[in-house]
Amino acid sequence: MRLFVSEGAPGSLPVLAAAGRAQGKAELLISTVGPEECVVPFLTRPKVPVLQLDNGNYLFSTTAICRYFFLLSGWEQDDLTNQWLEWEATELQPAVSAALYCLVVQGKKGEDVLGSVRRALTHIDHSLSRRSCPFLTGETESLADIVLWGALYPLLQDAAYLPEELGALHSWFQTLNSQEPCQQAVETVLKQHGILALRPYLQKQPQLSSPEGKLVSNDPEEEELATLSEEDIAMAVSAWEKGLGSLPTLRPQQNPVLPVAGERNVLITSALPYVNNVPHLGNIIGCVLSADVFARYSRLRQWNTLYLCGTDEYGTATETKAMEEGLTPQEICDKYYAIHASIYRWFNISFDTFGRTTTPQQTKITQDIFQRLYERGFVLQDTVEQLRCERCARFLADRFVEGVCPFCGYEEARGDQCDKCGKLINATELKKPQCKVCRSCPVVRSSRHLFLDLPKLEERLERWLEKTVPGSDWTPNARFIIRSWLRDGLKPRCITRDLKWGTPVPLEGFEDKVFYVWFDATIGYLSITANYTDQWEKWWKNPEQVDLYQFMAKDNVPFHGLVFPCTALGAEDNYTLVSHLIATEYLNYEDGKFSKSRGVGVFGDMAQDTGIPADIWRFYLLYIRPEGQDSAFSWTDLLLKNNSELLNNLGNFINRAGMFVSKFFGGCVPEMVLTSDDQRLLTHVTLELQHYHQLLEKARIRDALRSILTISRHGNQYIQVNEPWKRIKGNEADRQRAGTVTGMAVNIAALLSVMLQPYMPTVSATIQAQLQLSLPACSVLPTNFLCTLPAGHQIGTVSPLFQKLENDQIESLRQHFGGGQVKVSPKPAVEEAVTTAGSQQIQMLMDEVTKQGNIVRELKAQKADKNQIAAEVAKLLDLKKQLALAEGKPLEAPKGKKKK
Amino acid sequence: MAAAVELTCLERWLGLRGGRKYGAQGERQVPVLQTNNGLSLTGLTTIAAYLVKQANKEYLLGNTAEEKAIVQQWLEYRVTRIDGPCGKEEVRILLKDLNSYLEDKVYLTGYNFTLADVLLYYGLHRFIVDLTVQEKEKYLNVSRWFCHIQHYPGIRQHLSDVIFVKNRLYTNAH
Repeated sequence: MRLFVSEGAPGSLPVLAAAGRAQGKAELLISTVGPEECVVPFLTRPKVPVLQLDNGNYLFSTTAICRYFFLLSGWEQDDLTNQWLEWEATELQPAVSAALYCLVVQGKKGEDVLGSVRRALTHIDHSLSRRSCPFLTGETESLADIVLWGALYPLLQDAAYLPEELGALHSWFQTLNSQEPCQQAVETVLKQHGILALRPYLQKQPQLSSPEGKLVSNDPEEEELATLSEEDIAMAVSAWEKGLGSLPTLRPQQNPVLPVAGERNVLITSALPYVNNVPHLGNIIGCVLSADVFARYSRLRQWNTLYLCGTDEYGTATETKAMEEGLTPQEICDKYYAIHASIYRWFNISFDTFGRTTTPQQTKITQDIFQRLYERGFVLQDTVEQLRCERCARFLADRFVEGVCPFCGYEEARGDQCDKCGKLINATELKKPQCKVCRSCPVVRSSRHLFLDLPKLEERLERWLEKTVPGSDWTPNARFIIRSWLRDGLKPRCITRDLKWGTPVPLEGFEDKVFYVWFDATIGYLSITANYTDQWEKWWKNPEQVDLYQFMAKDNVPFHGLVFPCTALGAEDNYTLVSHLIATEYLNYEDGKFSKSRGVGVFGDMAQDTGIPADIWRFYLLYIRPEGQDSAFSWTDLLLKNNSELLNNLGNFINRAGMFVSKFFGGCVPEMVLTSDDQRLLTHVTLELQHYHQLLEKARIRDALRSILTISRHGNQYIQVNEPWKRIKGNEADRQRAGTVTGMAVNIAALLSVMLQPYMPTVSATIQAQLQLSLPACSVLPTNFLCTLPAGHQIGTVSPLFQKLENDQIESLRQHFGGGQVKVSPKPAVEEAVTTAGSQQIQMLMDEVTKQGNIVRELKAQKADKNQIAAEVAKLLDLKKQLALAEGKPLEAPKGKKKK
Repeated sequence: MAAAVELTCLERWLGLRGGRKYGAQGERQVPVLQTNNGLSLTGLTTIAAYLVKQANKEYLLGNTAEEKAIVQQWLEYRVTRIDGPCGKEEVRILLKDLNSYLEDKVYLTGYNFTLADVLLYYGLHRFIVDLTVQEKEKYLNVSRWFCHIQHYPGIRQHLSDVIFVKNRLYTNAH
């Protein structure tokens, strides 16, 4: 059996401490894995420790693993142990987790930490002293002791969290600490870093947070209001009162944007879309739109930001497409570059520059990097078997070959991958290969190629990853993908191709070859920057001052997290490497995948034709951003979210707040006299704003959008409870109250307009124009909720922001774009059979059957010869069969024994 | 289903004579049983295991060390996960995981029916009754297992019989 443990995962403590019990009973291998490794194939979430049994089954519960070790040693289960273990799982664990989260992740101390766990500690202490036994279940140390010790050790090792008055608990804990197996377990799991070793693990366990460290929830009704401390309220109120004056001065706009020493310089890239096709919604949310939200947010924080992207234009796919459309590769690139640029313009993507990879700068930089790698001995040469089409007189790149899949027999497998079974294929392994251009059969020939020596660079890469990844905002899927690549070991990768459309290889003997796109596509970021400014090296050879964020879908992780870093590390030219790699999962369409060839799904250029504004698309795509798991685009859901969240929640609130100012106060923001209720609302909004910041700083874009909607829900409730439209007609005090509520509400609306800016820039600008919000207030998002519309401020004309989407409109769009709903109805096969036989023929057969029936009956009545009867019966049955066929009826089962 | 009702169902199925009274403790209403020898036992799975032993049906707790550990693992899963915080997303993950676990198993331990099957059946009933036909098909292995357990003699008692369609309706979804 094999035990998987992880450094820094608290569950590893009791498991290792108990492992000794199994000694001599079974062979036990221990493997150390990362805390996010998915060891158990059937569990969605990572879980360590795990014990893989010899029959392949898994124990994934810490307690069950310990129990198993004890059972192997001959120990018998008893009620008291069961009771302790059930209590540990249901009461102690949640309390300890909350305390550890408070202590390690939130950095709180003292009673904040102890509060959640004190009752549980007292319970153990009382049980020990009442039974006056040294251990939980008797005179000797047993399973319950080990499991509880393991749960408590991380917390109680700090004497501050082991209250003095709990004497029995104290001595129980000390006794266990002194045991050899326990000490060894501590050494292995905590590595002398003490409790801080648990930090990376605890940070990734959102469900462990204490009740007040709130979770982002999808369902609005589950939102719970946080409990507010006096300090929270005092701080929120004082920040609010400082108002506009406390906003920082605006950074002047630079052109070009260059890093500034001493400032936070944020360089943002989104994966370069491939030029040969129109991007679909999944492509858009995966890279450009996600990166855009972050770039806009970064600018709102006044960070010095450069956001770039461009089309990836070289490669086989472009050549294929050019052939399909009867154009040259250059013409294809020009055509699709324009299409991409216009789609992103329509989606309001705020690139500082949107370039392309087919430029002289690309050639210059790629060749320079290659030369440096070559000189330093990181390039290998080898011969590769490849398919060559003699008729076209060229080597066929993977996508130029089709044939029968060697794995599943699919007829139209491509040279690199089978679309049916998804397996990767070596083009030479295809059965019955065909040149895609002339359909003749290619032959196998050898060709010299260059390889990047990744194994030689692996150690540098690992050192860099160790320095970079912990504590960064790399998404878990990116970490996981890189780890699994490293675990399998890196292999040399071919970087040249027998093609014409690409960056030429500057080496003798390779004149007719180009670089493989994956080698130079990531260099595209550098060349696009070089086309934007001749001082591009200030961004790309400046790792100390530049924070590089790269956005992509998960299929791109190996190139950005592994291949490019290896290239750059090998070139030894102080390149800026990715600090935060933000990868999404996949977006599906309704119940399936987007497919250009089958015409299923919504593509960038079609979104404009739906009549739904770009900001609504942005909102919905960001709302369902595949963050942490795959998600799906659904028309019905789009309608629902538009009508419920935008129209009824956000739009309704902002519109009402503005309307009250116009209608009741002549468009002039009234005086606000804050009551304690208002102060509490102010504090809730402030906390939610801070939550929004925390999430966006980690590029948790979808989650941060929920904060906006939560604040607007608070706002709606606030208006609903305080009813300013009634109070405005009341006495002096009532009218003053109406003024305060209206003033607060419209200030919340102003705050929302700024928070919304990264997500819905046009709507945000519309709100700000309606409210006449000052330029500094529009351009900066502070960490506190400020009064940006003071009493006396004149607002503009208020009008509704969103439109309702109707069912029939959405239904017709769904039909138009092909969804899971539309299916071809099965053909009525039965009726066809009926029409083949004419009614005349049927009548004839019926007569025949009657006649033959009479013959049989007569023969039977005469008790004729058995053989003769049988022959006539056979004739009758045959006639009946013909009749049945003619009538299109199912055949009657022969009488007698029925089989089923 | 309240824990006391569930334990009474279990007693009846085990063929124990009734008359036990269950208390409830704390916010989560954890069941407490006063046993004959004056001790009290707290916790659903603890009491359930005790009842099984009272009925002399220890085999329901597993025969080998391995089976015993697996039974207890799923009992723990019952009280921490199935009875735990259950938002929509949690339930989805729970069913998805269970579905892939059950892919090659008849019962939770593999081939032997145990207490884990009984208590997971009782615990999951409230989720399974609310599944749509499509979801039941999506969690095909869970459905197969659940349907099997609910027809195990004497298990279902007052709980509603959940209907599973035998023909697949959504073959395209897979």
